[in-house]
Amino acid sequence: MERYYQKDIECVSREEMIALQNERLVVQVKHVWDNVPYYRKKMEEKGVTPDDIKGIDDLYKLPFLTKDDLRDAYPYGLLGADLKDCVRIHSTSGTTGKRVVAFYTQHDVDLWEDCCARAIVAAGGTNEDVCQVAYGYGLFTGGSGMHGGSHKVGCLTLPMSSGNTDRQLQFMTDLNTTIICCTPSYAEYLAESIHERGLRDKIKLKAGIFGAEAWSEEMRHDIEEKLGIKAYDIYGLTETSGPGVAFECSEQTGMHINEDHFIAEIIDPDTLEVLPEGSQGELVFTSITKEGFPLLRYRTKDITVLTREKCSCGRTLVKMKKPMGRSDDMLIVKGVNVFPSQIEAVLLENGYPANYQIVVDRVNHSDTIEVLVEMTPEIFSDSLGKITEMEKNLVSALKAMLGIYAKVRLVDPKTIARSEGKAVRVIDKRKI
Amino acid sequence: MAINQITVFLENKAGALLNVTKILSDNKVDLRAINIAETADYGLLRMITADNALAEKVLKAESLIFTETPVLAIAIDDKPGALSEVLEILANESIDVHYMYSIFGHQNGKAYMIMQVEDAEKATDILKAKGIVIAEAKDLQIG
Repeated sequence: MERYYQKDIECVSREEMIALQNERLVVQVKHVWDNVPYYRKKMEEKGVTPDDIKGIDDLYKLPFLTKDDLRDAYPYGLLGADLKDCVRIHSTSGTTGKRVVAFYTQHDVDLWEDCCARAIVAAGGTNEDVCQVAYGYGLFTGGSGMHGGSHKVGCLTLPMSSGNTDRQLQFMTDLNTTIICCTPSYAEYLAESIHERGLRDKIKLKAGIFGAEAWSEEMRHDIEEKLGIKAYDIYGLTETSGPGVAFECSEQTGMHINEDHFIAEIIDPDTLEVLPEGSQGELVFTSITKEGFPLLRYRTKDITVLTREKCSCGRTLVKMKKPMGRSDDMLIVKGVNVFPSQIEAVLLENGYPANYQIVVDRVNHSDTIEVLVEMTPEIFSDSLGKITEMEKNLVSALKAMLGIYAKVRLVDPKTIARSEGKAVRVIDKRKI
Repeated sequence: MAINQITVFLENKAGALLNVTKILSDNKVDLRAINIAETADYGLLRMITADNALAEKVLKAESLIFTETPVLAIAIDDKPGALSEVLEILANESIDVHYMYSIFGHQNGKAYMIMQVEDAEKATDILKAKGIVIAEAKDLQIG
């Protein structure tokens, strides 16, 4: 039987949800206008005032925010509350030079942890569970978000943070972990280590909640099979709070967005037009309850589809499909859009391991793409012919999926670095 | 009749072969024969060792990828035409030879050809019927 953390809101009627969103949006826009000069200026430039926003049907009138805005406004430009009321910050990795700092009031932390708790309960979590949080703790939102959610559910929380696989496995077996939270690539690594050490019979895992990376349906099946668990997706971003913006239920066909806190829209990333339900496009979020960092119409760069089809779990919250990846992750090779998750799906379908790396280069003014895959005992043979045949089949399958030729290179096992946080899937050597 | 060959995956990079031979020599595994088949990106090191169980244990400990395959060690006279004679017998029976290499150090005026063939059992019977000697593990000092 499906269980809920906040059934009243998770299963609310559409009419009531719209009424709640209307009310919260009007208040939030007024709050931002009064407290965030950076956004007020944007509204003024567009000729919009809070009086123009009477409900969610007027959302389209508001200006967008992008990651560039967040960088321009660093650090305090988009702060929506007095600093004395803020209790915490989190920050994105800043590896692309675009560090983002988000502020949280105690109220923000509380609501965010509720969202994470909804995800844990949807994955079957109760106060009898042992929840091992193997997301990084610190500036990254993953660790503290799931930690707080786990507390709210009443799970015995193991605040492991990422890395130190030996210790992870020791606690997992000694303390009978039932729910693991980490990135999907680390889940693969844990599964591999459990297999190698013959610990499969010693683990009590029943579910995993995996996020912070784009991952394929094939990878889900692979992890579920290797660990004997149900693997649930979770979605979020530092800009809106962290994990728990959307979460998966028992149906595992997409993630329910916590619409009482976040209004979702899908836009065409080129024309910026709002697209009708069911269209694929860029996901845009408006935070309607956040105090510290109240972003309106924030462009996530995630490409996905929203659906309001009835869900068997009973939740009425809109569902988003697993994003193919951030448009930041999307590669353009020979003019073709390539998502690492597409390559991952082909690899797993063809019996290759999920640990891979994509190297893009430009040779004689032409793009090249090479997929490095580790050789495994399962696909190895004493016959060059058999291995070559498998490689050829993989190249054909990649070509069918991507529309371009990708070279496959088989490499020694364990030569592609295992990630303990977000995996480095792509090396782009092009100097454009 | 067949003896077992170990095939190791070698990524094409400097020191890859040395890595394997060092692992084996450090563990005192004698090699009876080796052969390499290569593509631009990787190679297959095929070998007959004096102690497969030990070889596999140490290769596994180093996370190398390998597989074991039965092969025939065919004794032939060390003289012109001897190999052709064997190949002709197999060709007449339409038995494919997938790959072949010769062994180090021969005895009794014989050389040994390591062959991976389509149907090892049939090949063994046919060759034996024609008086060709197929070596057994002890002939090659394989423990």
